[in-house]
Amino acid sequence: MEMNQYLNLFIEESREHLQAINEHLLTLEKDPVNVDTVHEIFRSAHTLKGMSATMGYEDMASLTHEMENVLDQVRNGKMSVNPDMMDILFHCVDLLEEMVQSISNQGDGRLDVTSVVTGLKKILSGEELTPTVWFEEESFIQQGEMEWTFDEFELTVMKQSVESGFSVFWIQTVITTDCVLKAARAYIVYSGLEANGEIVKCVPSVEEIEQEKMDRIFDLVIITDRQKEDLEKIVLDVSEIESVKIKQIDPDQFLYHPSHAESEVAASALTSTELEPLVSTTESVAAKEVPKSTVMQKKSSAHKTIRVDIDKLDLLMNLFSELVIDRGRMEQLSKELHHGALTETVEHMNRISGDLQNTILNIRMVPLDSVFNRFPRMVRDLGKELKKNINLVIEGSETELDRTLIDEIGDPLVHLLRNSVDHGIESPEERERAGKPSLGTILLRAYYSGNHVFIEVKDDGKGINRNGVLKKAVEKGLITEQQQETLSNKQVYDLLFKSGLSTAEKISDVSGRGVGLDVVKTEIEALGGSISVDSTPGQGSVFLIQLPLTLSIISAMLVKVEHEIYAVPLNSIMETAVFNQEQIMRVQQQEVIDFRGKIVPLVNLKKVFNLPNESFADQEEISVLIIRKGDRMAGLVIDSFIGQQDIVLKSLGKYLANVFAISGATILGNGQVALIIDCNQLIQ
Amino acid sequence: MHSGEEYSAQNLKVIVFRLLDEQFGVDVSQVKSIERLDTITKVPRTPSFVKGVIHLRGAVIPIIDLKERLGMEDATVTDQSRVILVTMDGHEVGIIVDAANDVMDIPVSKIEPPPRMVSRVDMKYLRGIAKMPDQLLVLLNLDKVLDMEEIELIFQGEELTS
Repeated sequence: MEMNQYLNLFIEESREHLQAINEHLLTLEKDPVNVDTVHEIFRSAHTLKGMSATMGYEDMASLTHEMENVLDQVRNGKMSVNPDMMDILFHCVDLLEEMVQSISNQGDGRLDVTSVVTGLKKILSGEELTPTVWFEEESFIQQGEMEWTFDEFELTVMKQSVESGFSVFWIQTVITTDCVLKAARAYIVYSGLEANGEIVKCVPSVEEIEQEKMDRIFDLVIITDRQKEDLEKIVLDVSEIESVKIKQIDPDQFLYHPSHAESEVAASALTSTELEPLVSTTESVAAKEVPKSTVMQKKSSAHKTIRVDIDKLDLLMNLFSELVIDRGRMEQLSKELHHGALTETVEHMNRISGDLQNTILNIRMVPLDSVFNRFPRMVRDLGKELKKNINLVIEGSETELDRTLIDEIGDPLVHLLRNSVDHGIESPEERERAGKPSLGTILLRAYYSGNHVFIEVKDDGKGINRNGVLKKAVEKGLITEQQQETLSNKQVYDLLFKSGLSTAEKISDVSGRGVGLDVVKTEIEALGGSISVDSTPGQGSVFLIQLPLTLSIISAMLVKVEHEIYAVPLNSIMETAVFNQEQIMRVQQQEVIDFRGKIVPLVNLKKVFNLPNESFADQEEISVLIIRKGDRMAGLVIDSFIGQQDIVLKSLGKYLANVFAISGATILGNGQVALIIDCNQLIQ
Repeated sequence: MHSGEEYSAQNLKVIVFRLLDEQFGVDVSQVKSIERLDTITKVPRTPSFVKGVIHLRGAVIPIIDLKERLGMEDATVTDQSRVILVTMDGHEVGIIVDAANDVMDIPVSKIEPPPRMVSRVDMKYLRGIAKMPDQLLVLLNLDKVLDMEEIELIFQGEELTS
């Protein structure tokens, strides 16, 4: 592998780890006593540290190292999680993401992290007022947890003692900060323990203690036949001792090797040629500590996946589109030729290519999770900023969307979520006054329905203020004073999507500039989707986004109008129907029919498309295509139905992009061009 | 089909085509191909010079009648009519002409700015004229003919009236 393949792998895996850390931090915040989560975070941070050190990104390595120290304290029970710690850890993740971003932009990944590092160090040396002792699940010390190692003599002594039935303990004592005579206290602890066993090692050494060359923490290794609890009592009996930590040592676990700190330094000075031999060294050092080594490996996930270049997928899709056109041609030709074997083969080919089509379209589908996963963090940060308690519930993140839509749907969703946080959910005090729980809930839900994907952003906030919207709309000249009364609630809410309208009193960083929702609407419509909003004052609002499932190959109904063939996308069609002349009624000069109890307006396509023989008044039977958009319907009057077919969407090009009621064209099996009708524009 | 301007030091290579009784030339670098006129699928509610679209080798291409676009009255189509496929801004458009069968090298020295009444065509669509030994060749400014903004306005005008 070359260096830049390493680099790509490094960037991708770093991002995955950072994402994992983010998620776990959020879990930890909600459930601070969950040690498993801390272990997960530690593992990810540790892997990140190794990777960045190997790649030579020192700032990243040192920041993750400091994070590790704090996390280590937490997972060993020495510290408990508090809000300040969470905030700093989140901040660390942000900085790391910045660094990875800079690396992926061919930067050097350097960042001034001194203030964060200082913060982390402060947490590490944080004051605790009562002496505490924790016994960890692993009461045996792990290699790499200590800053120093044993020499052969010490190991031999320890092994022999264990064989003789003694225990070996590692004792770490922390003296309180305000203790004046630290060395004296340390000496007292030392002599107390010495009376109960043989002290094999002392860091700092006894001489150093006597010369007061020590800080608050000192370590001892003692061979004794006393119990852990006894030793603990001896230490704690000494005054001005803040805490003590005791772990048993199994001498067999220890191998003689260069110290942990040393190999880390060596790794960061690596060049790619030196990678190989050093890889094995770091592996053996880290082996005990973490199951994954610091070598960059492919992460094994629950199911096997490979990364595919997006361009290749696009190429595959284009080639397949061509195939679909030819498939249509083959069908046509085989019908004309009436050749048994040919017809059979074409049918078989159809089935196979149908499966191929589904598979290819599926490959392009990406779960919404990749978009949704950054939202919990965003909502949390925003909620903190605005001093609101908000819980984001995500449902249906496994729902898949075409790759091209996934990239585009993120921004509109961000805007809608920020909207809900800023305008929807009230402050905790307001909520309590209204009798609501002070924790606001935003529900982000995705699901399939028919040929569409729906995404809902629902909040239990204060809802949309009809009068507020109307007032602003009148102010901006969007409607007149008189119109205010005549508009239904839904119509009032729809006004929100007009540019320039915002009911926020002041412009905040988050929203209020009034150019948000109209942009959201434009973005969604550019993707071939639509957005609507509904609300109940005092109870909340819901924004509903509808998106098409597939893009360039769609199922359509071919119809004939005069001599022209048109294609109508199947997902707009409710039903086909044939009516008698008598069933047609007129309401305010608009021809309508009664369709299952609903009055549906008729759209005369010949008139819309300026075709001859406009009137259908002399026809006995009228063929109608019932189309719908949301809850509104219309009936397209056509001459005859041809049949259903999968068609490939072809754009009409720049010059004809804005033709009324035509969204594109397709090439039929016989080489003829058929225009595709845009039903949305035909329904008022 | 050439890409890039063909200037062999002093010559401009042009495709020569006929509209009614006038000869016009367009820079060969903008021309993709010359095709026969086949079935055109009409697209409703477009300006009358937009004849519709055709299917050409897997792509759907809009077709414009050049005579109509330039405001020339008689816009009939014959067997001789051809479609010149041009590329503008990465988009393809076909323009219908009465005949097209020549490629000429025009010495740049022979190209002059167009005088006022040289052609029925509005001056803004002309790039210049070339005095060839046996004829006068009017060089068309395709960019202006296929100018998006102008076509947009015409479109909007159409919308208001239909």
